[in-house]
Amino acid sequence: MLPDSKIPAGPMADKWDNHKFDIKLVNPANKRKFKVIVVGTGLAGASAAATLGELGYDVHAFTFHDSPRRAHSIAAQGGINAAKNYRNDGDSVYRLFYDTVKGGDYRSREANVYRLAQVSVDIIDQMAAQGVPFAREYGGLLDNRSFGGAQVSRTFYARGQTGQQLLLGAYQQMMRQVDVGKVQLHTNQEMLDVVVKDGHACGIVTRDLTNGDVRSHSAHAVVLATGGYGNVFYLSTNAMACNVTAAWRAHRKGAYFANPCYTQIHPTCIPVSDEFQSKLTLMSESLRNDGRIWVPRSPDESRAGNDVPEADRYYYLEEKYPAFGNLVPRDVASRNAKTVVDQGMGVGPLKNGVYLDFSEAVGRDGRDVIEAKYGNLFQMYERITGEDPYVLPMRIYPATHYTMGGLWVDYNLMTSIPGLYSTGESNFSDHGANRLGASALMQGLADGYFVLPYTIGDYLAPQLGQDPVSTDDPAFQAAEKGVNDQINHFLSIGGTKSPDYFHRELGKLVWDYIGMARNQNGLEKAITEIRALRDEFWKDVRVLGENETLNSSLEKAGRVADFFELGELMARDALDRRESCGGHFREESQTEENEALRDDENFAHVSAWEWNGEDSPQTKHAEDLQFEEVKLTQRSYK
Amino acid sequence: MAAPTMPKQNSAQRPLRPKSRELPFPLNLYQTAVGKKWVMAVTGIILLGFVISHMVGNLKLYIGVVEHNGELDYDANVYGEFLREILVPILPRTVFLWIIRGVLIAAFALHIHAMYALTLMNQASNKVYTSKRDWLAANYASRSMRYSGVIVLVYLVFHLADLTWGWIPGYDFERGHVQENVVGSLSNPVVAAVYIVANVLLSIHIFHGAYSMFQSLGVNNPSYNAIRRHLATALALIVLVGNVSFPIAVLAGIINADALS
Amino acid sequence: MSQSLNLTLNVWRQAGPEANGHFETYQANDIPTDASFLEMLDVVNEQLIEKGELPIEFPHDCREGICGTCGMMINGRAHGPEKGTATCQLHMRKFSDGDVIAIEPWRAVAFPVVRDLVVDRSPLDKIIEAGGYVSAPTGTAADANETPIPKEVADSAMDAAACIGCGACVAACPNSAAQLFTSAKVWHLNSLPQGQPERFRRAEAMVETMEQFFGSCTNHGECTEACPKEIPQDFIAYMNRDYVKSKVVNRKVASQS
Ligand SMILES: Cc1cc2nc3c(=O)[nH]c(=O)nc-3n(C[C@H](O)[C@H](O)[C@H](O)COP(=O)(O)OP(=O)(O)OC[C@H]3O[C@@H](n4cnc5c(N)ncnc54)[C@H](O)[C@@H]3O)c2cc1C
Ligand code: HEM
Ligand code: HEM
Ligand code: SF4
Ligand code: F3S
Ligand code: FES
Repeated sequence: MLPDSKIPAGPMADKWDNHKFDIKLVNPANKRKFKVIVVGTGLAGASAAATLGELGYDVHAFTFHDSPRRAHSIAAQGGINAAKNYRNDGDSVYRLFYDTVKGGDYRSREANVYRLAQVSVDIIDQMAAQGVPFAREYGGLLDNRSFGGAQVSRTFYARGQTGQQLLLGAYQQMMRQVDVGKVQLHTNQEMLDVVVKDGHACGIVTRDLTNGDVRSHSAHAVVLATGGYGNVFYLSTNAMACNVTAAWRAHRKGAYFANPCYTQIHPTCIPVSDEFQSKLTLMSESLRNDGRIWVPRSPDESRAGNDVPEADRYYYLEEKYPAFGNLVPRDVASRNAKTVVDQGMGVGPLKNGVYLDFSEAVGRDGRDVIEAKYGNLFQMYERITGEDPYVLPMRIYPATHYTMGGLWVDYNLMTSIPGLYSTGESNFSDHGANRLGASALMQGLADGYFVLPYTIGDYLAPQLGQDPVSTDDPAFQAAEKGVNDQINHFLSIGGTKSPDYFHRELGKLVWDYIGMARNQNGLEKAITEIRALRDEFWKDVRVLGENETLNSSLEKAGRVADFFELGELMARDALDRRESCGGHFREESQTEENEALRDDENFAHVSAWEWNGEDSPQTKHAEDLQFEEVKLTQRSYK
Repeated sequence: MAAPTMPKQNSAQRPLRPKSRELPFPLNLYQTAVGKKWVMAVTGIILLGFVISHMVGNLKLYIGVVEHNGELDYDANVYGEFLREILVPILPRTVFLWIIRGVLIAAFALHIHAMYALTLMNQASNKVYTSKRDWLAANYASRSMRYSGVIVLVYLVFHLADLTWGWIPGYDFERGHVQENVVGSLSNPVVAAVYIVANVLLSIHIFHGAYSMFQSLGVNNPSYNAIRRHLATALALIVLVGNVSFPIAVLAGIINADALS
Repeated sequence: MSQSLNLTLNVWRQAGPEANGHFETYQANDIPTDASFLEMLDVVNEQLIEKGELPIEFPHDCREGICGTCGMMINGRAHGPEKGTATCQLHMRKFSDGDVIAIEPWRAVAFPVVRDLVVDRSPLDKIIEAGGYVSAPTGTAADANETPIPKEVADSAMDAAACIGCGACVAACPNSAAQLFTSAKVWHLNSLPQGQPERFRRAEAMVETMEQFFGSCTNHGECTEACPKEIPQDFIAYMNRDYVKSKVVNRKVASQS
């Protein structure tokens, strides 16, 4: 059964403060006696490791990257939200809270979201103090932009590299703790299992990617800040190494996995160009502020984009949504692009994209203005496609971008395994069924800087005086054996197809059946086909080389194996949720204007799935969502 | 095979040259490469100053005979004498000149030692590529600094032996008779060739050096950075034209010692 | 629009840090010009695996030119022929049919080869660890707008902060100097008000840590040419200045100067 979500009593605005007062504290002198493992050094992990180190805990940070600065947070472009109201445009903690709950289509916990909005303010102060070079105005004060269709300008940014600058800030703060010896950094170490003893998380097992060394590490508590699982789609805007392994192995050890079917598809990415395509590149959302989205009316249009006369152009978003036009939310924009492409109106050599046209904007503001705003993006586009967006309209298509689902956590960010925490994109909290632009960076830093460092004390305090479980304990031995067995098994299969081949095939299934639009048959098909492919994988995967050196096929094989199991759970979750909400669109449940139609009667809950072993499907636990502050309404952007 | 958690051995745990104990100021500056480069730049400037003024002084070779305390003499000789007489009677004869010489010798010594230490450091840190490199910014001058420098050094020794100590046979050296000595020495085509080659290399050395020193000293301001490159080129050219002209002029008979013989 | 190329690759293969490596020649056929350089290597690897040969290990992750993982010497140029472009952003249309491409890992004593084209760049983290931060513990910060920073200053700091830590500057430098990388971080922080209290301590610690691993800068300028973010050499001069000051200026009275 589902553990208590520990949401504090009292009025929304006071919950977090009350909670901080009520939870147990660890006396400063005792903190060094507690060993905490942090897996992942992205925004969520690095900020947590740094802060825990500052507080005096004995922190051990792990990453499979060769440097913490490689974490995928580095790729975030657009910006980070905060309810600073520096623009005096009526923003407030309450509005950010409200927008986030509404944007998430009423499928997130009010208390968590409110706390997120509260601490968002401190994040900007903290990052500025660390020397993050946020964009500024001539007066020297911080600049803001409005982002992802928000009605206020609350997004802070550092050129097109906000994620990079924030991650470097957190990374540098962590390296400072490494320098003073409070944080021990373990790079090139991939976590392959969580160790649980007497129902409590007591450590992890890692493999050194450079020399295959499998080791156990024990601690009083373990934090997973291991990012999202978007790469289950094979093609996504995520970095190549992003994977679900850490979270999934935790799930197999008893951590519930929540809302796996909530995935976000970003509307403006560069379309696939050939079958060798390895990843998709995001084109910042801000482009939709000036670009007009259209496709030719006739499916057999042969003229180049700039030669098609106005009459033959179909500005489908502007026609369908006069009010919001090209600025409708991500999920709406994405689904409509899919519809027109499916109707054969797609553009480009593979007819797999839609036009994002700047000719009007250039005509209106002049090329210089547009260049100043989007110069670097246009350059990136030209570098990748070889087409000049000033001449030919840009081609874009939706791509997987973010995963709202993840490990279930309570208000303290603790998973259903006591002592195991999850922060950042790897947990499910805060974004509901759809994430607002520029809110993921905010959440990662909120968790790592301002939430976990307090809440973890509540679990640690009672353990004062106990040593961490010894790594010679049978529990560790068993975990290590499991890891070694899997490695040896992969090396011994000697099949015919590479792990990448299976990943690519899996990705196609997930994209076709569990992508932008889902339906009963498709999802049932997905389950059987994923199963079949998975069996083939275990029989026919080819992993060459040995364990004792860098071996990317071996790493990949383990990650793909977990993606298979995740993909199946995603399908089952999507099948179970017979409503449409945010990023999850069930064709069976839509309004006559083809908008997502929620079913609050039966589905105003979080679906947390419990692992029951390989051969029997997970059981679902429902956490009902109470809405005291926000009243549920049907989203409409007409 | 459970083992205690411990950071793994990577390149960061194996410094090439562990930090040594810091010496008192100003010696600590010379302990690091950036400090050494700073010293190279400063000594470089001193050497530059010398080379330029030395060249200007040598231009007197063109003037030929002048009237000096009632008698005729070569202007270059007069100048040579003048150098020895500076600050007399405040200081005894040639003392000031020896102070200058002291500074020069020190500058050379530091400049050369720094270059020696940095060269070792760089060779120890660098692994050469097996495939062919494609240079984009590094030019011949910047990549040959240590060679051009060494050649200038060798030349210098020869040059002193030749015109200061008069050890090089081929003409009869007479202390103080600068004009005669120069003409005597440089009218030998081989010696002249040595001078030309050496001074071309010196100019190349300065071409990079006089630019590089700004960076080493941290003299950088986007508003005037463009000038730095031009300045270095100009200095290199001046030294080139000036110094190479002497041997040529001697061979061509433009500079001669016929007037008083 | 997308034609396809046939190429000959000479790739450095090395089984491990201790093993001694060699160049291996491979044919890469029917490579679409729309493919990226790394996707071209993906194709070659798929073919190798098919033939039962070990795939080429090469460093990569984001493939968006921002994480700094990728990087190799391509025909004698760090990150290949296109200026201001990381290897992952390099596309095959920059090459022509029949080209012979030499691919070698970064070379520097401080960057030992892990396998094939992958090297260990951990000393770069060590330099940051030494002082590449502002000591601002969580929770101590004042309101972000209390310290206005002129736009020009913030922009210049951002130019420096854009460094992705790829190590191409070291790889391209004839002395294997890490000056460009180090100076970029020194200037990013030393140019901002937040960085002033630790300014000289930072310059001193970072330079001296850098010199434990890398060569010295003789101002060749190859680093900037190779840098995917085109970090200017000017920052090296600023770092040199602050370093010398760190030895000369007495920090008790630093505020006076
Ligand atoms: C292209 C792109 C643009 C984006 N733009 C924005 C934006 O503008 N605004 C915004 O708010 N959000 C944006 N996002 C989303 C945001 O960047 C991410 O959600 C967020 O950075 C996730 O941070 P994280 O710390 O949770 O995970 P990550 O940054 O992904 O870090 C994961 C860490 O875990 C480690 N790890 C994972 N598995 C293991 C394992 N098994 N063993 C050891 N270590 C492991 C990794 O090494 C890494 O250090 C964007 C995302 C993408 C893909
Ligand atoms: C063609 C070019 C040059 C000519 C014709 C020339 C000529 C002379 C002459 C005539 C003297 C002796 C002066 C005297 O005894 O009063 C002299 C001394 C000297 N020259 Fe040159 N020189 C040339 C280039 C150089 C260069 C390039 C250097 C340095 C790298 C140099 C370094 C010196 C030094 C150190 C002395 C000794 C000065 C002293 O006695 O204190 N010369 N030179
Ligand atoms: C009178 C003659 C000389 C002059 C005018 C001169 C001038 C300079 C200058 C201005 C620099 C730039 C310093 C910097 O970049 O900080 C330099 C660098 C250098 N000099 Fe000289 N130098 C002279 C003689 C020598 C000699 C005799 C040697 C060696 C034997 C030498 C070796 C070098 C080297 C190797 C450098 C490169 C240093 C670097 O760029 O890091 N130089 N020189
Ligand atoms: S300075 Fe440029 S080349 Fe050097 S690490 Fe940074 S980004 Fe790479
Ligand atoms: S190439 Fe090397 S020498 Fe200096 S200017 Fe760049 S670090
Ligand atoms: S792979 Fe990330 S920068 Fe090239």
